[in-house]
Amino acid sequence: MKQTKTMELMVGMLIAAGIAALFVLAMKVSNLGTFSAANSYTLTARFENIGGLKVRSPVTAGGVLVGRVSSIDYDNKRYEAVVAIGMDKAYDRFPDDTVASIYTAGLLGEQYIALDPGGSEEFLTDGSVIEFTAPALVLEKLIGKFLLNSAEKGSGP
Amino acid sequence: MALSRSITLRRIIRKTCWMLELIRGLGRSGFGFFETLGRFNLFLLKILVGIPAVLVRPRLLIAQLFSVGVLSLPIIVVSGVFVGMVLALQGYNTLVDFGAEESLGVVVALSIVRELGPVVTGLLFAGRAGSALTAEIGLMKATEQLAGMEMMAVDPIHRVIAPRFLAGFISMPLLAAMFSAVGIYGGYFVGVGLLGVDEGAYWSQMQSKVDLYNDVFNGVIKSVVFGFVATWIAVFEGYDTVPTSEGVGRSTTRSVVYAAFAVLGLDFVLTALMFGD
Amino acid sequence: MQSSAEMITPVGSETLVKIRNLHYARGDRVIFDGVDLDIPRGKLTAIMGPSGTGKTTLLSLIGGQLAPDRGSIEVDGQQVQELGRTALYRLRRRMGMLFQSGALLTDLTVFDNVAFPLREHTDLPESMVRDLVLMKLQAVGLRGARDLQPSELSGGMARRVALARAIALDPMMIMYDEPFTGQDPISMGALVQLIRLLNDALGLTSIVVSHDVQETAAIADYIYVISGGKVIGQGTPDTLAKTDSARVQQFMQGLPDGPVPFHYPAPDYTEDLLDA
Repeated sequence: MKQTKTMELMVGMLIAAGIAALFVLAMKVSNLGTFSAANSYTLTARFENIGGLKVRSPVTAGGVLVGRVSSIDYDNKRYEAVVAIGMDKAYDRFPDDTVASIYTAGLLGEQYIALDPGGSEEFLTDGSVIEFTAPALVLEKLIGKFLLNSAEKGSGP
Repeated sequence: MALSRSITLRRIIRKTCWMLELIRGLGRSGFGFFETLGRFNLFLLKILVGIPAVLVRPRLLIAQLFSVGVLSLPIIVVSGVFVGMVLALQGYNTLVDFGAEESLGVVVALSIVRELGPVVTGLLFAGRAGSALTAEIGLMKATEQLAGMEMMAVDPIHRVIAPRFLAGFISMPLLAAMFSAVGIYGGYFVGVGLLGVDEGAYWSQMQSKVDLYNDVFNGVIKSVVFGFVATWIAVFEGYDTVPTSEGVGRSTTRSVVYAAFAVLGLDFVLTALMFGD
Repeated sequence: MQSSAEMITPVGSETLVKIRNLHYARGDRVIFDGVDLDIPRGKLTAIMGPSGTGKTTLLSLIGGQLAPDRGSIEVDGQQVQELGRTALYRLRRRMGMLFQSGALLTDLTVFDNVAFPLREHTDLPESMVRDLVLMKLQAVGLRGARDLQPSELSGGMARRVALARAIALDPMMIMYDEPFTGQDPISMGALVQLIRLLNDALGLTSIVVSHDVQETAAIADYIYVISGGKVIGQGTPDTLAKTDSARVQQFMQGLPDGPVPFHYPAPDYTEDLLDA
């Protein structure tokens, strides 16, 4: 009988430990702990070019994660990419002249949206559109421009 | 003279016959394969029918959870720690060349949560719990215990197989989750403790890149599938064994080999389904 | 040759198991080729024959674990091969079977093994299960061994425990599969006596499958000898000892050569040696 009790105890511990491990994976390892969709408001921004931006790409302000890209669409009337951003409720005082730019983390890193707050007295709220955006820099375009410039300089005087 | 001629004739016949034998053998093994496959699937059906009976008697299930789950725990935890430590060491040496050692947490967590956790746990599970299940059931068959139960009007699939199957199915995702969690802490120990990666970077980078649904949840789904298939193979090989000591040995080997193939093959399929955009 | 009427009506009253025109083949190998058997109620019937004649298979057929290719097996008025699962299991509760190895469940103690059918099939309170188990163990003389594991038992003791388990549900019949094989003289004697005693004391019907001629002949009421898929002789032990059938005589007296040849069928010896 005592043996059965020990066995039951060990099995109970196995199951508890397994569930605890799942909990650790969810809370400590994944992004669930840092940012949950329920606690957010949505902004929209239009970009000429989003480069390698993806759904769930980070949105930062001053280097701090304040939200994530929640969806990406293409408006084929205005020929622009429409990016919806899920913003953390804790950061709800961005002025309505905030600039959203797409940058690359490091030389080869992934792309993210950086928000630069302006000086307006009005704040962005749920559903607002960020008016001022800067598109992603595409490496090939940059190199192309650079080559063109140097060629013009070379053919000059 | 007549004698020697009849002997040569017989030799010629024997030589031409081997090709016929080969074809016949191929045909027979082909039929054998489909027959086994059919039995394998029908067997699952019988187990599933027997599962409600197990839930009514949790005592049977607890005994099996103990031998399948608890007894596999040490090897799973120890392997998890070491896999995490090795990943951190290897990852650090590569990342430091790019000045990206801050991403160590991401590398360790993603490789473990997506791949190594479910796959290595699946392989170890097949080796530790699967082989034990096959050997135990095979031995019960070889010693007529299963036939004896049947003659006592107790269905061995309900009484013996179904609790073991259910225990394997429940244990495997739990074990895989423990492997992953412990592995990430193993990586933390080496990366942060020994190699001096910033602790905050280890966790925050991990948290910003590991997605609950895409990575953690899909990893758990993998482990559920692997546990299902590995246990299914193990109990089938045991139940289908040739009831001799040699047969039990062979089934046990087969159980581990087939389960390993199944885990690796299914891992590819599942990865393609989950992560291939 | 006896008339067919005599063939199927052995001594005794009512028949419990009636087998007619039984055909069974495993792959290409024919095991039974038209067997007729009658097992009378309350008697101890022995089925004998050389190894590999499918005596154990016959018990599996009676227990419904195998289905015959042709012919019928009737147990207590029910056609075994036509029963559904539930009915078959209900019938099996009234049959006990003693396997050659004992087939005790290795993860249970002696007590739990004997209690196993009671716990599976009845809702008796634990105190009553205990009383019943101890009674059955007492009957086979192993009440003192109740806490042992099956691995701690000798072969003879394991068979006696299995016997206690087989009578746990008070069945109408018990089938013994080679109960005497590999026993030392003492446990052999104990088993021989026990089988006869239980048969008479509990009013059981017993079927003993064996090739141990002396022991079986000593306790059987009636003997069938099976060879080559057919019944080649039958009768009480005394009549069978005096039969003039050469094949039955060879088996009963254990002669190495006779109608069953010493040599396995082979091509001509001289030719075989020359044929490199």
